Amino acid sequence: MEVKIKSMKHEDFKDNEYIDKLVEELNASGANVAVGNLNQLINWGISNSLWPLCFGTSCCAIEFMSLGAARYDMARFGFEVARNSPRQADYIMVQGTIVHRMAPAMIRLYEQLAEPKYVIACGGCAVSGGPFKNSYCVVPGVDKILPVDVYIPGCPPRPEAFFYGLMQLQRKIKVQKFFGGINRKQKREEFFAAHPEDRGLLS
Amino acid sequence: MSDIKEIISGVCPEAIFVEGGEALQVNVPAEKWHDFALTLRDDRRLGFDLLTAVVGMDWKDSLGVIYYLTSTSRGWDMLEVKVVAPDMKDPYIHTVSDIWKVANFQEREVYDFFGIKFINHPDMRRMFLRNDWVGHPLRKDYDADPQKNPIRLNDEVNEDDTVSYVQDEKGKIKKVPGKVFEENDYVVNFGPQHPSTHGVMRMRAGVDGETITKVDMMSGYIHRGIEKLSEGLGYPQILHFTDRMDYMSAHQNRHCLCMCIEKALGLEVPRRAQVIRVMMDELMRISSHLLAFGCTAMDLGATTAFFYGFREREMVLDIFEKTCGARMSMNYNVIGGVIADLHPDFVKDVKELIRIMPERLKEYHTVFTGNIIAQNRLKGVGHLSKEDAINYAITGPSGRGSNWSNDCRKVRPYSIYSELDFEECLETGCDSFARYMVRMREIEQSCKILEQLVDNIPEGEIRAMNVPKVVKLPVGHWYAQVEASRGTFGVYIESDGTKNPYRVHFQSPCFNLIGVMDLCCQGHMIADLITIGAALDFVIPDIDR
Amino acid sequence: MFDFGKWTSAFNDLLLGCMPEWCAVLIECVLIAVAILGAYTVLALFYILYERKLCAWFQCRLGPMRVGPWGLLQVFADMFKILIKEIISIKNTDKFLFRLAPFIVIVSSVTMLACLPWGNGLQIINFNIGIFFILAVSSVGVLGILLAGWSSNNKYTLIGAIRSGAQMVSYEISLGLSIITIVLFAGTMNINELVMEQESAWFLFRGHIPAIIAFLIYIVAATAETNRGPFDLPEAEHELVAGYHTEYSGITFGFYYLAEYLNLFIVSGIASLMFLGGWMPLHIPGWEAFNNIMNYIPSIVWFLGKAFFISFVIIWFKWTFPRVRIDQLLAFEWKYLMPLSLANLVLMAVFVALNWHF
Repeated sequence: MEVKIKSMKHEDFKDNEYIDKLVEELNASGANVAVGNLNQLINWGISNSLWPLCFGTSCCAIEFMSLGAARYDMARFGFEVARNSPRQADYIMVQGTIVHRMAPAMIRLYEQLAEPKYVIACGGCAVSGGPFKNSYCVVPGVDKILPVDVYIPGCPPRPEAFFYGLMQLQRKIKVQKFFGGINRKQKREEFFAAHPEDRGLLS
Repeated sequence: MSDIKEIISGVCPEAIFVEGGEALQVNVPAEKWHDFALTLRDDRRLGFDLLTAVVGMDWKDSLGVIYYLTSTSRGWDMLEVKVVAPDMKDPYIHTVSDIWKVANFQEREVYDFFGIKFINHPDMRRMFLRNDWVGHPLRKDYDADPQKNPIRLNDEVNEDDTVSYVQDEKGKIKKVPGKVFEENDYVVNFGPQHPSTHGVMRMRAGVDGETITKVDMMSGYIHRGIEKLSEGLGYPQILHFTDRMDYMSAHQNRHCLCMCIEKALGLEVPRRAQVIRVMMDELMRISSHLLAFGCTAMDLGATTAFFYGFREREMVLDIFEKTCGARMSMNYNVIGGVIADLHPDFVKDVKELIRIMPERLKEYHTVFTGNIIAQNRLKGVGHLSKEDAINYAITGPSGRGSNWSNDCRKVRPYSIYSELDFEECLETGCDSFARYMVRMREIEQSCKILEQLVDNIPEGEIRAMNVPKVVKLPVGHWYAQVEASRGTFGVYIESDGTKNPYRVHFQSPCFNLIGVMDLCCQGHMIADLITIGAALDFVIPDIDR
Repeated sequence: MFDFGKWTSAFNDLLLGCMPEWCAVLIECVLIAVAILGAYTVLALFYILYERKLCAWFQCRLGPMRVGPWGLLQVFADMFKILIKEIISIKNTDKFLFRLAPFIVIVSSVTMLACLPWGNGLQIINFNIGIFFILAVSSVGVLGILLAGWSSNNKYTLIGAIRSGAQMVSYEISLGLSIITIVLFAGTMNINELVMEQESAWFLFRGHIPAIIAFLIYIVAATAETNRGPFDLPEAEHELVAGYHTEYSGITFGFYYLAEYLNLFIVSGIASLMFLGGWMPLHIPGWEAFNNIMNYIPSIVWFLGKAFFISFVIIWFKWTFPRVRIDQLLAFEWKYLMPLSLANLVLMAVFVALNWHF
């Protein structure tokens, strides 16, 4: 079974094995017909209605604005309802460097998002610290402080890359189980319990 | 220049002159500095009314500050004043923030990076780093151990606490604690995540009803330590940082850094490269002002106009993409020229852009500028007089909106700008609307410059042939300026002769812009805070660097 | 002209024939409630898509395209998502009022919806004070906004709510006065009679000058009443993040979202009722053949068509104009709009007294 995204062909994605494995796991654990269909319906809803939080720190935010503007028009996929209040947004797209002073604010923003919530690390700085990795006050990758769902590399990524990343997120959402199951979204504490090595930089 | 020396020796006999650099350098003892600065500004014969740059320095055996002063009345002559703090352990220098208001934030930055405390400065908080940060990172003896400054995930405490150092009659320095906002002030916090701060600026506004009484700007939410990083890299390696500071004037910033290095190396840039650089600068300016138009409109709630601005901006980005290979962060200028030759479509695309811009500008004016609501929202809001603009060093379109002629392309021409025919756009309104109109008119002027150059791109090399393989600058220091999209951008480089710079300082125009927010916003409404910010059009990564 | 009243009374007789009266009334009430809530949801979802598509076209974009044909299913995806979103409960808030506020807003707009005449005979209740009742209920909505702003314990929401209170109380005056102008002309507040009065021609044409002025005032005041641009200060996205509903998440936010769009439909519906004849087809006195052809178009289509058209104009405002400032907003109402509507009321009285209308 494969995860279908209407806007992009299955073979155009680069990491199909990974998603297919997740689907297999999902099917192996079995699902009630009613619950399974309801799950699919809900996942269809979530994945097609991803409202971003208006949050940009630097250059990537300008490319994100281009994404919303007429040429790329993310409204086509229903992504355009950018909410300014984190309570109403679905995912946070970290566009730009996160520095030490921003880190607590970043965590607070993430905690203010309502479940189900997702994080996209966008651009070299958010993925790994990018060109500023060696600086004294830059967080080397936002995954040091938040669980990241999708990484979009680039400096800044092109709008097409944004779309690819968002579709990857859609695929990821389509294999999650809303009603129980093994691959529900992890809470931050659970994540750090499973990955103690990532806690190293945190105080 | 020689008469300056005479006058200065007359008022301050202790001053020592150092010649041989690009500008006259004066070394002044720290205790005389404040009186000397007052003379520099107020003496009619000198008239150094503009504080261009404040560069904190650590010379390993001493700490100090280099001030770059400009006299607008004397043909933009520059003077460099070096002040060394008497005590390395506990460095104090007298503040000049009462003389040039722009020094207020600049000195806070120096305190943050070097730990130099400024006597009588009203608000000696850290500018960019958390208030519980250990050490001062740009000092040469800074301990970069991540254990000392881990990623702290707790909120900063005591944000309202400030301190100032006051000298009493006996010369003893006393620490006077203070508060930014009083207990009973109603403070509304904007940012760091807020749709209209254009990034991660944080503004705290004390309000009385809807009226703003005070604005406290808190910066540093994207401070990446570019100046410190540059000290560890070679000259070609630090070029890419400039693209990521003010990403809306990436070409100009990089042009400036390249110019500064070329000046130090004594390189002659080929004519073709000069023309290409200037054309890219102007394209960048158009792109930046279109974004500024869109964001101003959006901050006022006219979302549709934003999309119109972006429509034309995509054309500019296409031109960049074809030649430079990227839509943003182009990495195009290199030491001695540019990295790649023009795309064959370049001339055609630029001509198309010049052709459509006038009618598109007309469309913008119909959709947004002419709208009565937009005019009422912008006119008379955020008044900034010409004197204040000079005192706060508000250059660029924002300063020209206050009728202050400060265009670096005119007053200190660089590259080939002296040969070009264009007009410096000035408005007398001194308000947000004037700043907005200056931007719109500058788009026309940039088109005019492009029109003159697009058919006259000379053949030849795109990069100087004699660029050394390993770039090593001779011992000395240099300061270069360009007119970036948002004002005068300056680069200071000090070299000790190795392949890494000893100190790099970027004097960004936006850093000065946030200094006037408090002045401009007082007495206006919360909604005006947003429009004033939009009309000043600051880019946060440029402020924080 | 087809009369839905025949169906409904036949159904009523059917029920009365096989059960006691209280039982029949109970069943009818339940059916009507279900129908109203269904219509509410469908209309709100339609409006969300309508606005998203329209604003996209104003901005040279396409709008939702990929979810369902031409993006028709987009709003359903949004609905499923918003239904399962977490509802965050916040520390240091007034929990009871915080939960209550969205319901006040939604109840007010559902009640208003229930009073509108959808078509010939397709009306739930026919009061003698119908339009007055609608105005009264519409004032309840502001209470929900004020409570939301106050109970959230957040400065943005508080400023948004206070702005909203000042704005809605002010603009309600002009709104009311422009409706009173028409009531004065029609001589009735009964919704059914208001529609019937317009059988010969719509009030906008019958009352000519004062009616057109009242219509313009009504459109401006209604835009302000529904907190839409250029008067969207209570939400003022670029100043106050999301205004009074900043702290609401999940379906509680969804209630505000739906109510905002439905209020747009309701004010458009009232405009079409008061000025454009409600469900009454376009009749031109003397053109009998034309009038007969117009009568073939079902009345519900007329009503919805007029409402959607007026909504289109209001949406057009929002995506064209910048936002006004709070002092400009209030000055506009108290210095210009309210004196104008009072003068217009006098003008209408003169017109009616001297019989200068059609």
